[in-house]
Amino acid sequence: MKDYMLIFRHQNGLDVASPEQIQIWMKQTMDWLGTIAAQGKYDGRGNGLVFDDARVVHHNKMVTNGPFGEIKETLGGYVIVKAESADEAAEFAKGSPILMGEGNTIEVRQLAREDGIH
Amino acid sequence: MQQELIPHLFRTEYRKIVSVLCRHFGLGQVEIAEDLASDTFVAAAQTWALKGLPPNPTAWLYNVAKNKAKNHLQRHALFEGKISPAIQTNAPEFYETEVDLSPQNITDSQLQMMFAICHPSISPEAQIGLSLRILCGFGIEEIADAFLSNKETINKRLFRAKEKLRELKINIEIPNESEIEERLAPVLTTIYLLFNEGYYSVSQNNILRKDLCLEAMRLCTMLVENPLTNKPQVNALLALMCFHASRFEARIDKNGEYVLYDEQDTSLWDPELISKGAYFLNCSATGTELSKYHLEATIAFWQTQKTAVKEKWEIVLKLYDQLLQIAPSPIAALNRIYVLSKIKGKREAIFEAEKLKLTGDQFYFALLGELYTDIDNETAKLNFQKALKLAKTATDKQTIQKKIERL
Repeated sequence: MKDYMLIFRHQNGLDVASPEQIQIWMKQTMDWLGTIAAQGKYDGRGNGLVFDDARVVHHNKMVTNGPFGEIKETLGGYVIVKAESADEAAEFAKGSPILMGEGNTIEVRQLAREDGIH
Repeated sequence: MQQELIPHLFRTEYRKIVSVLCRHFGLGQVEIAEDLASDTFVAAAQTWALKGLPPNPTAWLYNVAKNKAKNHLQRHALFEGKISPAIQTNAPEFYETEVDLSPQNITDSQLQMMFAICHPSISPEAQIGLSLRILCGFGIEEIADAFLSNKETINKRLFRAKEKLRELKINIEIPNESEIEERLAPVLTTIYLLFNEGYYSVSQNNILRKDLCLEAMRLCTMLVENPLTNKPQVNALLALMCFHASRFEARIDKNGEYVLYDEQDTSLWDPELISKGAYFLNCSATGTELSKYHLEATIAFWQTQKTAVKEKWEIVLKLYDQLLQIAPSPIAALNRIYVLSKIKGKREAIFEAEKLKLTGDQFYFALLGELYTDIDNETAKLNFQKALKLAKTATDKQTIQKKIERL
């Protein structure tokens, strides 16, 4: 079993969504993660990344408020799931409501292991 | 997973938070209030989705909203230019950054926002749009859907309305005793328009329509529950809406088509809403003013009593006569003719109807079609066809089409 980070890249569609739509999106996400948790492969590790009050520091030490990369590739958050392989982790990712937005993607990356044991 | 989230929780809490923030920041900064409120829900969605629901979701929302408001004020206070140089030298603790989200302030804020938004200087459509957005927590898409419009149009309309509010420097407060009757009028009009949007909606979204009706009733209930605004005509309007809403389930069949009053399954009528309506109708029977809402509510009451007795029709006819004196409208005139036909027969009704000459109105031709049915089916068909040409919504067209087929 390895740890994989599922990194969400999407336009921040939530800022134009209505409260009702936000609640629906949230329920979909909870249902999705619930399925993974039920298999013992998600334990709450993860976070949204706040778009407000963010900074980008450039190589010339200039600090700006954004843009944070291509609009469609803005990092929105991540979760960490357990899986035997990247393919299994990618299968988990398929259930995320983020993928309902065309152009949104989820990047699947294994967390580097320090102990070299498992 | 653990607890389920209450349906519409976000919409419900959104409008409470927006009203309080609007009052806190002033009407000139309505967008800031909306943004802060939205941010709160985005934060909730991201955090709760990943970590699960907090033990007290509402308290969580209010805390985050307060903090976001505080942060915003601290970041922008010095740049707003509203602070005089003398005060500027003092520490920021001077400013009231604490947002009050107590139940009392939530109710007060919403009531005050109702009066601010339903201001006579703003167009009726803008009033409804703003009410839906700020008082009811609907999204732009949802509002566009309700009006069979698009997002750009609604955005423009709301933008212009907010500009107007800023321009007029309207205060967010409940008007004082001497002005309240006058200021209540546009509020009640907006609530009634909102209800009608849901009841006769052009939108195909059945759930949205019911929500609109319920929202209108909720807003009216808030007025009834506050001693300053608990006036007879407000109770009458609430009664009226209860009576109409009692038939909601019976009006649409399984295929999403309208079921006409005469053909409705009365077992689907909601007795609880009917008694609620009766209760408020009773409450409205005070004071010296007979408003159009009183008359419409009484007519609506009789519509909930399915007896086809002649006395009922005569009572309703008199009510329509009075209504047409204080609030004439084509719809009231047409409805009156329908009632007349039940008392004096179709020929007499046709005679009266043709005097009206409401040739741009689909309901006029639909009524004539009804009246001519079984007397002169050729003329009936011609009238129904004219109605069909004028009909705008798919549901209306279906209804008229069915009547033609039955001839």
